[in-house]
Amino acid sequence: MSKQAEGANAILRAGTMAPDFTLATTSGELVSLQSLRGRPVILAFYPADWSPVCGDQMALYNEVLPEFQRFDAKLIGVSVDGMWCHRAFAENRHLRFPLLADFEPKGAVARMFGAYRANDGTSERALFVIDAQGMIRWSYCSPIEINPGADGILEALETLAG
Amino acid sequence: MATLKTPVGAGDHVLGSENAKITLVEYGDFECPFCGRAYPIVKQVQKHFGDRLRFVFRNFPLKELHPHATEAAETAEFAGANGKFWPMHDLLFENQKRFSTKVFLALAGELGLAPEGLEKALSDRTFDERVRQDFRSGVRSGVNGTPTFYINGARHDDAYDFEVLVAALEKAAGA
Repeated sequence: MSKQAEGANAILRAGTMAPDFTLATTSGELVSLQSLRGRPVILAFYPADWSPVCGDQMALYNEVLPEFQRFDAKLIGVSVDGMWCHRAFAENRHLRFPLLADFEPKGAVARMFGAYRANDGTSERALFVIDAQGMIRWSYCSPIEINPGADGILEALETLAG
Repeated sequence: MATLKTPVGAGDHVLGSENAKITLVEYGDFECPFCGRAYPIVKQVQKHFGDRLRFVFRNFPLKELHPHATEAAETAEFAGANGKFWPMHDLLFENQKRFSTKVFLALAGELGLAPEGLEKALSDRTFDERVRQDFRSGVRSGVNGTPTFYINGARHDDAYDFEVLVAALEKAAGA
């Protein structure tokens, strides 16, 4: 429990500029956070592909995508899984948003956002809503075993939209 | 903590007394195997609590994962519009491994509903908006997969075995 609390305290908070990074998508294309400026970005760190439930966090977001798009927001999933793992996972779940591989050096981007779990070697379930100028406007770190759902993200996007 | 943002109302499918002390809401997907597993457990729980519990089912079809989920939800709503929501709810879960439009039409027939009526409702997407409303209220309430349960408005973040559910419901009843 204290480990979770530590993680929860450590993630970057609202009012911080999001650190820039560049990671590979499932097609090997490189995406930088900087290149996504001009619209809200939802950055969703999660521990691993292939959690054994229906409607795991990424599959849920895939279903909710139209709601995110109403705010012109771009959703990005990030975990320490490699590109090939992400590709198989995205194909299996029919994901229609990019997954980035925070694979080498492992968890480097998660660390930048304070969302790395050194003991497990995975990232937290940490969510960031970043505005069009690159400022973090909302962040949330869920207990690792609880899928946080999408309600917090939508509320943050609504606040952003004014 | 995630809470139910859309209170149980007249538009809901409710099984049990309005004066029940405990309200259990499920956001579910008829094609989801976990919901299928929860189905007999919920029945057991309802039996256990009797009049003390009312149960509400709302649609949360994960259509990207389950190709028939939306049609199943619309089939249930069609039956609901004809006073047969709960019998259809049960039939759908009991037949979830063999879903197809043909099966939905046959299930309607089994309940004495005109299959042609269902066929038209499915092709016209008559109940599309009704199902979407459920889905959106679920997203807003923090549904994080299927099934997601709410006990007196608070998301149940624990397992849904019979014992665990009963304990959580008893606690809510005593609160």
